[in-house]
Amino acid sequence: MEATAGLARMHREALAEALLRHGRSSHALVQILRDVQQSLGWLSRAILEELASALDMSLAHLQGVASFYRFLHLEPVGRYRVLFSDNITDRMLGSETLLAELCRRLGVASGEVRADGRVSVDRCSCTGMGDQGPALLVNHHHVITRLDAERVVQLAALIEADVPVAQWPSTWFEVADNVQRADVLLGAAMAPGAAIAAALARGDAGLVEEIKSSNLRGRGGAGFGTGLKWALCRQAPGEARWVVCNADEGEPGTFKDRVLLSRHAELLLEGMTVAALAVGARKGLVYLRGEYGYLRGPLLATLQRRRDQRLLGAAILGRPGFDFDVDIHVGAGAYVCGEESALIESLEGKRGVPRIRPPFPVERGYLGQPTTVNNVETLCAAAHIALRGAAWWAGIGTPKSTGTKIHSVSGDCARPGVYEYPFGTRIGRILEDCGARDTQAVQVGGPSGVCLSAFEFGRRIGFEDVPTAGAFMVFDRTRDMFEVARNFAHFFAHESCGFCTPCRVGTALVVRRLDKIAAGHGSRHDVDVLFELDKLMHATTHCGLGASACNPLRDTIAKFRPAYERHLTSLHFEPAFDLDAELSIARRLTGRDDAAAHLEDPS
Amino acid sequence: MSTDTAGASFTLDGQDVAIEPGDTVLQAARRAGRYIPHLCWHPEFEAHGSCRVCMVEVDGRPGAACTVRAAAGQEVHSDTPELNAQRKTLLQMLFVEGNHFCPSCEKSGNCLLQATAYEMNMEGPHFEEFYPDRPVDASHADILLDFNRCILCELCVRASRDVDAKNVFAIAGHGIGSRLIVNSASGKLADSTMTLADRAASICPVGVILPKRRGFAVPIGERRYDQHDVTGDCGQEAS
Repeated sequence: MEATAGLARMHREALAEALLRHGRSSHALVQILRDVQQSLGWLSRAILEELASALDMSLAHLQGVASFYRFLHLEPVGRYRVLFSDNITDRMLGSETLLAELCRRLGVASGEVRADGRVSVDRCSCTGMGDQGPALLVNHHHVITRLDAERVVQLAALIEADVPVAQWPSTWFEVADNVQRADVLLGAAMAPGAAIAAALARGDAGLVEEIKSSNLRGRGGAGFGTGLKWALCRQAPGEARWVVCNADEGEPGTFKDRVLLSRHAELLLEGMTVAALAVGARKGLVYLRGEYGYLRGPLLATLQRRRDQRLLGAAILGRPGFDFDVDIHVGAGAYVCGEESALIESLEGKRGVPRIRPPFPVERGYLGQPTTVNNVETLCAAAHIALRGAAWWAGIGTPKSTGTKIHSVSGDCARPGVYEYPFGTRIGRILEDCGARDTQAVQVGGPSGVCLSAFEFGRRIGFEDVPTAGAFMVFDRTRDMFEVARNFAHFFAHESCGFCTPCRVGTALVVRRLDKIAAGHGSRHDVDVLFELDKLMHATTHCGLGASACNPLRDTIAKFRPAYERHLTSLHFEPAFDLDAELSIARRLTGRDDAAAHLEDPS
Repeated sequence: MSTDTAGASFTLDGQDVAIEPGDTVLQAARRAGRYIPHLCWHPEFEAHGSCRVCMVEVDGRPGAACTVRAAAGQEVHSDTPELNAQRKTLLQMLFVEGNHFCPSCEKSGNCLLQATAYEMNMEGPHFEEFYPDRPVDASHADILLDFNRCILCELCVRASRDVDAKNVFAIAGHGIGSRLIVNSASGKLADSTMTLADRAASICPVGVILPKRRGFAVPIGERRYDQHDVTGDCGQEAS
């Protein structure tokens, strides 16, 4: 009884604290759920009931929101929650072997909680540490990079000894920036306030024109003109305008925003403040992906420092009426929230389902008000343009793709890390610089980008040739490109929001086909079905996630067909139904797994 | 929009369709008595855009007819072999995702999913069935919930929220694990505030939400889509 009462009191305190911290606002629901889970480990029905009544929402609504996010748990999880980053680059560095070894040492199956409740081990989508993998997350908050067999042995021992994470070797949590090539953005830091002062001198209308004529385009992948976006937001009728920084860097293989956030947070905030001046916003939000939660503390410190310097807050740089401040919202594991309207839904405390557009966020965004959502790198670039002018920026890169672009280089190369180049740089040049050898393929822009084979390495980075959101994953000739595509297919199925039919069912069907082929049951018919699914998803999905989910598939089938054919049986048709697999339940029931309990292998 | 002027029209498969201010392509087509296949759209509710069955081509670009604004001079194509083939595949996806056994379903003959599948000449599932495990909820005195047939159109969610002001339903999970849930302490419908008089009780286009003790009151053969195919009332919902 006493223990129960103590637990109940703990629950109440955690709830009250989280509600107070977020002003009992329903818009902060995801933040509240995160905080409560941080204190209590998981979100029980009892907790959700109390929270629902405190926020005057339905229990089902809360269950719906909580169950949407991969890092929120409605079932008990281990007190130590270990999540292995499951990008293909982590796998290439041996993450699967390390995961199996950790599970063996701890006596727990992947995806399950150990009987004593101490630990659970599972996989998660790319954690943005591709240049220093294999990586894992502990309790969704602590990042461990550069895993190896020795670290896994120690990790298992620390968990068995119940040593708090705070006391684990601090070197484990070091995240290197690995800046291999710096240009404008990653180069020398700008003096705080310099871009804001220059922007104020230009005047808000002049500033928008400057950004427009620089031809800066969004760095998040879509490439929409930043100046035009700001102009539309500025013109849209509304009571308040918002500047939102999209720091939900979820595209597997991308980590350049992580480096900007940790090294150049001042520059980012400078850019957000410049954007605020341009659109007339008084409030800004940074949507920080949950996997980068460890950056929240340093970012809050930077915000405070800037407030102290009058670079944030009321009357910025002494200009009466120029008020702007920034808040940080931490995500909870949902790639689709990188889509700007899904991101806004998530900011409002809802499931991160992309909205019907139009209206676009510039007209009706956060809380129904005009909102400009810009990528971290875009805002950093905008700060530089405000300071040094459009002509200077447009002089870098190509006419259609002005300025520089930062690439997150990982995979089979000697020097992984971030590389900043002017647009127009050859793929081959980047491969040479990063020390890639015997390269078979490069996945540019992440799974939703494009897969290039050796004959395309003369192509150039740019919106007019090879556009990119920043990932640059290198695969040498030892890699099986079919397995690369299969890893990406699993990623998209895992991250589909489930709203529209073609993405929800299509991504699941693609995974089934590829797993069938991987299991040695594939036929040419399966490849035909994959083509059919790709076509359908491209033409019918509600948002870009489903539309691009088959990109890696299409590219790899077209360019690396032998990789698929190696896995196919010679049959024209092979049924998806697998009689031996169907017998697994009977085997489990009878406790048998000997050869006689299996069908004879026909091969 | 300046294009929403009176007297304006667009063409749907070559024939003129008049536009009224604020119309989507689907709304204008429906008023003109023209059928564009759909499942999650319902005239009483805001567009949802999730089933994607109403995908058409507007000036050469794909768009959901329920969400794309109608504009003067648009050239819209809907009843083409390519688009209907696409619709058939989307319907097959919905069939394999759930557990749909028409012969034993009380909704058979009144079911929009079934009728639309007939209209699109769907003759089989094409893909392997997922056979998900979705227990029924028979707890309520008057209403049966058979989640096996849910197509996630959210019409019940919207009806209960926007008309009944009860919020009995919500969507939980993500991806292929997305599912309809009930708002009550036990998660069972009996413990919710739902009654048979609710709009949500009669809105389901498939056989998830069914009144109890009325099974087969109208014999098979005399039901809505036995009388005429789904195009006959422009896909007007059975409910």
